[in-house]
Amino acid sequence: MTTHAPQAAQAVTLPTTLDEAVAALAAMPAAVPVAGGTDLMAAVNSGQLRPAALVGLGRISEIRGWQYQDGHALLGAGLTHARMGRPDFAALIPALAAAARAAGPPQIRNAGTLGGNIASAAPTGDALPVLAALEATLIIAGPDGARREMPVSHLLAGMEMLRAGELIGYVRMPLLHAPQVFLKATGRTGPGRATASVALVLDPARRGVRCAVGAIAPMPLRPLEAEQWVASLIDWDNGRAIVPEALHGFGEYVAAACIPDPAPAEDGSVAQLPPAVLHLRRTVAALARRALGRALT
Amino acid sequence: MSNDAATAEAAGTAEAPPPVAEPIPHGLGASLPPADARAKTEGTFPYAADLWAEGLLWAAVLRSPHPHARIVSIDTTHAREMPGVRAVVTHEDVPGAALHGRGRADRPVFASDVVRHHGEPLAAVAADHPDTARMAAAAVIVEYEVLDPVIDPEQAFEAEPLHPDGNLIRHIPLHHGDPDAAGEIVVEGLYRIGRQDPAPIGAEAGLAVPRPDGGVELYLASTDPHGDRDAAAECYGLTPEQVKIVVTGVPGATADREDQGFQLPLGLLALRTGCPVKLTATREESFLGHAHRHPTLLRYRHHADAEGRVVKVEAQILLDAGAYADTSSDALAAAVAFACGPYVVPNAFIEGWAVRTNNPPSGHVRGEGAMQVCAAYEAQMDKIAKKLGLDPAEVRLRNVLATGDVLPTGQTVTCPAPVAELLQAVRDFPLPALPKDTPEDEWLLPGGPEGAGEPGAVRRGVGYGIGMVHMLGAEGADEVSTATVKVQDGVATVLCAAVETGQGFTTLARQIVQDTLGVDEVQVAPVDTDQPPAGPGCRGRHTWVSGGAVERAAKMVRTQLLQPLAHQFGMSTELLQIADGKITSYDGVLSTTVAEALDGKELWATAQCRPHPTEPLDGTGQGDAFVGMAFCAIRAVVDVDIEIGSVRVVELAVAQDVGRVLNPAQLTARIEAGVTQGVGIALTENLRTPRGLIRHPDLTGYALPTALDTPDIRIVKLVEERDVVAPFGAKAVSAVPVVASPAAVASAVRAATGRPVNRLPIRPQAAVVTAG
Repeated sequence: MTTHAPQAAQAVTLPTTLDEAVAALAAMPAAVPVAGGTDLMAAVNSGQLRPAALVGLGRISEIRGWQYQDGHALLGAGLTHARMGRPDFAALIPALAAAARAAGPPQIRNAGTLGGNIASAAPTGDALPVLAALEATLIIAGPDGARREMPVSHLLAGMEMLRAGELIGYVRMPLLHAPQVFLKATGRTGPGRATASVALVLDPARRGVRCAVGAIAPMPLRPLEAEQWVASLIDWDNGRAIVPEALHGFGEYVAAACIPDPAPAEDGSVAQLPPAVLHLRRTVAALARRALGRALT
Repeated sequence: MSNDAATAEAAGTAEAPPPVAEPIPHGLGASLPPADARAKTEGTFPYAADLWAEGLLWAAVLRSPHPHARIVSIDTTHAREMPGVRAVVTHEDVPGAALHGRGRADRPVFASDVVRHHGEPLAAVAADHPDTARMAAAAVIVEYEVLDPVIDPEQAFEAEPLHPDGNLIRHIPLHHGDPDAAGEIVVEGLYRIGRQDPAPIGAEAGLAVPRPDGGVELYLASTDPHGDRDAAAECYGLTPEQVKIVVTGVPGATADREDQGFQLPLGLLALRTGCPVKLTATREESFLGHAHRHPTLLRYRHHADAEGRVVKVEAQILLDAGAYADTSSDALAAAVAFACGPYVVPNAFIEGWAVRTNNPPSGHVRGEGAMQVCAAYEAQMDKIAKKLGLDPAEVRLRNVLATGDVLPTGQTVTCPAPVAELLQAVRDFPLPALPKDTPEDEWLLPGGPEGAGEPGAVRRGVGYGIGMVHMLGAEGADEVSTATVKVQDGVATVLCAAVETGQGFTTLARQIVQDTLGVDEVQVAPVDTDQPPAGPGCRGRHTWVSGGAVERAAKMVRTQLLQPLAHQFGMSTELLQIADGKITSYDGVLSTTVAEALDGKELWATAQCRPHPTEPLDGTGQGDAFVGMAFCAIRAVVDVDIEIGSVRVVELAVAQDVGRVLNPAQLTARIEAGVTQGVGIALTENLRTPRGLIRHPDLTGYALPTALDTPDIRIVKLVEERDVVAPFGAKAVSAVPVVASPAAVASAVRAATGRPVNRLPIRPQAAVVTAG
């Protein structure tokens, strides 16, 4: 005799299309969608979450691959990190592939998905700065086949939310056909959470550099002024040449933009940042400088 | 064996000549594989978390969310009323002795008036489902009056007493030599060592089953079953005979297991409900429950002459013992005694304190005390070398200890101490190649695969660490062990309460009996407290005392076996020898098999091994406190990204003083494991407790070394100088690599960056080189 219902009574639905999944969520508002489960199951195992029902997204084949759409790639939210890390994908969106390869040990990469990375929106989510740099758009599936679009940055910044019963279906991003870099600093050699990460993509068509810094704030940060400044210094027609001082300046610019000095006090004195924050700033500067250097060579 | 079969099969398909069957290794010196290796790799080996009993209840422990608070009231009404809850126990329900503790009895089973650390047990619940038990534990209403925690050990001296026993757990002022001695150069340093967690691969778990006689049986992964039984019996108000501890598989133990904070409530709940009660701790509870390595603050001043010879060492060592004493007194003794390291130091003035704070309790984690001081004295040796412009290895060689030298405790080192030989071996080992600047080698950069490493910013450094530990308990501890050997039907059985923690004791016991009795099939019985005590499994005890007891018992059986034959042939038993299951006499006249000689008889013998006695350190830190010592030299090679401060340990070359190699495969595994644990201390492992609260008690926040963090470990030399007082002449091998490797890594980072590196684990900002 036990006070708890046996495990088998837990409702698990395994829909095979996105619309079925949305319908399953609508039918069971208490149900929680689960893709790779790398964050969700950790919460279940630690007792923080006891979902009444689960909607498994693993059998929805339409969101486990990608397709092309007028110069953009439409990535399924169910793409695993392991899949994104493979060379064919890396040829399309190199920075996202690099982030996927850096996103933890193989067990996590085999299970964890792009959509899950976005939905968890952990500050250390490795795909997030890449999506921010690429200015990706989310295609969100709602009830009755409804689809709406939302810039990924709006979701990450909390400007727009997923409504009840909605699922992230796809992520659309431009195919830039130019070098992209993702760099990550961790406290160790083995897989670990980023202490800081930088995603940098070149957009030669618009002669732009787009950069996002991850893990140092609740969401990826975009140093827009630094991007514009450095883009104007690149000789786009001449092998994208740049003077080394500009690389250095870009690193400092990005770091100062993302980790600003404290505002001066009333008497005009500026408080010194704590050593750990100064180190983080130096790390961001080194990452941004290295990322641009690698993208331009 | 299955391996052989697989090879044979593969060879057969390739139509190669059938391979000669390799003899199964046996006896001392052979790489006998552990008998349980297959079950453990296949996942069928039963650990405590796998145990089941009909009608069992699940326990949960309510732990304090505050590091320091006065308990105003504990209300269990709601918890008791929850459906499915069978018992809720608090301090009021503890029938026996109010206090327990491994080193000193100063810890209550459940906090009654004050909580002294984050995670201290307050109440325990037994319910019919683990979730119900956890919810009921959360439903116990405790009203706290939150107090300011004392988290800085330096403030513990002045703070209000946190415990009726006071805040000073032990103070050792060691005086050795001339206080006025002075050297031509002086180097100073302040060093901090973080809090390492033993982080066993299997979290704590146990099953308690009530007995019809009013007693209780506890199924636990205990490393000191008799000690734990006595503590449990006292807390339950029972006689030791009424409590039985059955040791289940131990899933990893580099520290004392089990956490008494859950094992004592477990038995209490079983006695209260009359039902079996089980608890499997979550990883978070595991971090909150068990003892950690002592965070340590060390202040050093070395005087040396112009040639780099150390003249005098002055040091202050402050161990943060946390809220309860545990084995802090032993850790402090080791820290003070080995504060100068394996170097000849004529004048030493070391003051050591272990103090009580509101941090999580510290206790035995292998190499305790010795590891912290090693990081400091090796940093000092680097400073002397830098100041005099000498090679760091050369400075160490000018000071190394040898057999016959005197420790600062006044104890003469009588065991082999081949320190110079060890250091020369690692120094002369060829350095690893630099990584090539190719995409294939990119993953060898600091930061690892897909990291941000840039070859231009990487600097390589080489550093040294020489560690020493004592073996067995120190300062007069009675380190006795008892073993029984039985032979029947050609099968020998060993009964000994020495717990197999993964250190390989059961394999060693089989090897000893195989060697002595010539019987190939040896079984080692599971451990419970109905057997005579063998003591805790720590500081290499079991190789020494339990191995010694097994050998003596086996020899007694051997005499019983050979006596009739010797009598028959009119020669003494010494002239007969047993090898490969055959008994032969020195002259070859007699040749028979062991099985024939046994002739269906059952032979038993029980023996004890007790090493020579030691004495406590006196008021000035003097005394022959240690039975034996082991040494290890490690050379570390690291690559540091000097802009980001990421460190990759490229290679650790290890030379160790092992006395005698009893099982080469196990020995290598133990050294590699120890070195890896040391790499964790050096780079990533630090359980942070801001304001006394354990942050990130999980294996994501607490970064254990993975295969990628672990360097190439080259065992370049194993010095086999037998220790004449130790059985087989063998020394303990597990602890000393843990002691030396963090110091070696720090020394190498120092060499690569020129930064002082005064803190372990090494933070990235301590390994960057900023311009100007």
